[in-house]
Amino acid sequence: MQKEYTVTVYTEDRIGITNRITIIFTRRGINITSLTTAETEIPGVYKFIITVMSTREKLDKVVGQIERLIEIHRAFVHEEEEVVYQELALYKISTKSLHTGDIERLIRENHARILTITADYFVIEKTGHQQELIDFIKKLEPYGLIEYSKSGRVAIVKWSRRFHEHLKDLQAKEAVSD
Amino acid sequence: MQQKDVLPMKTEIADKQLIVKPVITGSEAVIRSLIAEGVDTIFGYPGGAIMPIYDALYDFQDQVHHILVRHEQGATHAAQGYARSSGRVGVAFATSGPGATNLVTGLADAYMDSTPMVCITGQVAAALLGTDAFQETDVIGITMPITKWNIQVTRPEDIPDAMAKAFYIARSGRPGPVLVDITKNAQFGEFEYEYKKCEYIRSYRPVPELSNEAVAEAAALINGAKQPFILCGHGVLLAGAEKELIALAEKAQIPVASTLLGLSAVPVDHPMYVGMLGMHGNYGPNILTGECDVLIAVGMRFDDRVTGDVGSYASKAKVIHIEIDAAEINKIIKADVAVHADAKTALKALLQQVTPAEHPEWMAQFRAADKKEYDKVQHAELYPQQGELKMAEVIRLISEKTKGEAVLVTDVGQHQMVASRYYRFKNPNTNITSGGMGTMGFSLPAAMGAKKGTPEKEVVAIIGDGCFQMTLQELATIHQSQIGVKIVILNNNFLGMVRQWQQLFFDKRYSSTEMVNPDFVQVAKGFYIPGKKVSTRENISEAIDEMLAHQGAYLLEVVVEKEDNVFPMVPAGAPISAIRLE
Repeated sequence: MQKEYTVTVYTEDRIGITNRITIIFTRRGINITSLTTAETEIPGVYKFIITVMSTREKLDKVVGQIERLIEIHRAFVHEEEEVVYQELALYKISTKSLHTGDIERLIRENHARILTITADYFVIEKTGHQQELIDFIKKLEPYGLIEYSKSGRVAIVKWSRRFHEHLKDLQAKEAVSD
Repeated sequence: MQQKDVLPMKTEIADKQLIVKPVITGSEAVIRSLIAEGVDTIFGYPGGAIMPIYDALYDFQDQVHHILVRHEQGATHAAQGYARSSGRVGVAFATSGPGATNLVTGLADAYMDSTPMVCITGQVAAALLGTDAFQETDVIGITMPITKWNIQVTRPEDIPDAMAKAFYIARSGRPGPVLVDITKNAQFGEFEYEYKKCEYIRSYRPVPELSNEAVAEAAALINGAKQPFILCGHGVLLAGAEKELIALAEKAQIPVASTLLGLSAVPVDHPMYVGMLGMHGNYGPNILTGECDVLIAVGMRFDDRVTGDVGSYASKAKVIHIEIDAAEINKIIKADVAVHADAKTALKALLQQVTPAEHPEWMAQFRAADKKEYDKVQHAELYPQQGELKMAEVIRLISEKTKGEAVLVTDVGQHQMVASRYYRFKNPNTNITSGGMGTMGFSLPAAMGAKKGTPEKEVVAIIGDGCFQMTLQELATIHQSQIGVKIVILNNNFLGMVRQWQQLFFDKRYSSTEMVNPDFVQVAKGFYIPGKKVSTRENISEAIDEMLAHQGAYLLEVVVEKEDNVFPMVPAGAPISAIRLE
């Protein structure tokens, strides 16, 4: 059955690595719904967090084929309940509306915050799961939403400790061999 | 020819050791790296963006032999043939743009068939990358899904490391093709050269650790099996595990069948050998896959041509899958015991724990199936008394006359299946064919490479009339480089395999499969290669003798039955038990 999965991939820092990963999804006709990547706490090792709608069976094979790539350390598929995750959204709203309605209550109740205010617009930041962030758009629309931008998923895997130790071991080994 | 003995040197004192590093160009570094990796033969084609490398090569002609092909695709297939016959890494050169794109088919073929190959392409200068410069193409992007690894080098000092990694990756683990794209400025630039072979990449684990538990579980399954069955794949040859596989089969008296690419790992006349798997494989192995209780798959990937309908495949069996590439385990067929390891390592360990056994009744089932196939199909194919020549009888004669010891290089189609079915292979790595990709035009250039890789062996290319016309320009290479390959064209004036499908599944609507062919002997003559055309039974034996006795390259065109079909056959997507004998 198709559902949303989080795929995490640990990679070396190399030009084109995103392409190498994504073509494996493309081959099987799997659409990537979000992709977040940044360097991990270990210099030179990057983590990709990819969300997709697919089946476990397909993704287990995809992950095997991703792991086969030379510059990939490991790749994993996670079910919804195996990860703690968050997404971040920014909402730009016309400053004129600051004085209409009860925007203060809206921000307070939704655990959002104001990042900046200019004469023309102000920017609200909110973190949460995708649906909450989308629901918040609707709440802001009466105030004149000018622009909305949302990140992909940032996720922590509940059982990931062992892999991080493996990475740190690698780093220690590298340090010795250097 | 001028030899570069005196090199400009730069010295420095580091850790009280005198380190002397020659200052050379990136191009020279490419050639020196190849020599450091033991490369003696390169197949290639020069052009603008790779000219500096060819210029450097000029000084090393006594150490590296360059074979000038007539099309870059030919270079890749020749490198593949070289690698598959010799076990060493094949090397191909091409220029940027069209030179690079012409490598695509060969790279994809080598990737599917796990062939170690390093392709080096020239690229426009780094400053021009991305500007649609003359003969610029994004070869890295194009070849990403069809190479085991690729890299673009834009600075001379990065060349040795890229080359070392390329060779290490190409030959380690499950082998595959690697492409190194070198910009022109990196070829021209000078730097202090030092070469260190690569033996470790921190994110790459080519040799999996053998799980003793998995081996014990596998051994327990085999020891309890009543009808065990070994499938021998290409991984057995790549690991050099032929002896271990045979020892296992002998110890526990287990019948062994081979995949197309696993052919030649086990001699055809070995008592435990029961034939080839697959769509046009033998009757016994196909029909009895469904009857075995333990299936031991070694170094193979359950291609759809082997499994047929996956849902009904080996339905009574517990599956042991010994495979070096983790991504192949559970990809098609669920493994009850997965042994993620190199075939040789795994088989050695397994051999110690498997107890001697006998399965005479089980083996008798294979022999009964063999008899059925022989009576219904093979006898008439191998020993026809009348009518036009049959492909199978030609292969039988070649097999007899070469004592099963030639390197057989086949193309794709009916002739390939017939050759694979009837050539009686004796020695490992003597079957070279395009399996996964099914690349028509593979065998002529691959045969050149195989002959360069193993010059002491007789190399016979078996080619269909359609396939031959895809890469026949390599006859010029064969002549220029004096490569003594024997070329046999089995000519039915049809794209035979497609025609067979049209006959069986498309109501005999022969859409674009009939060929009006050139005079192949005249074509060969134009390339200064002697040859002969045979179309009758009384002349064929003598003609093969003449070909084999000839010193150097020779082309034999054999006109065979126009509408001959290859049987047995498993219809595409059907269960393999539905194999048809007629």
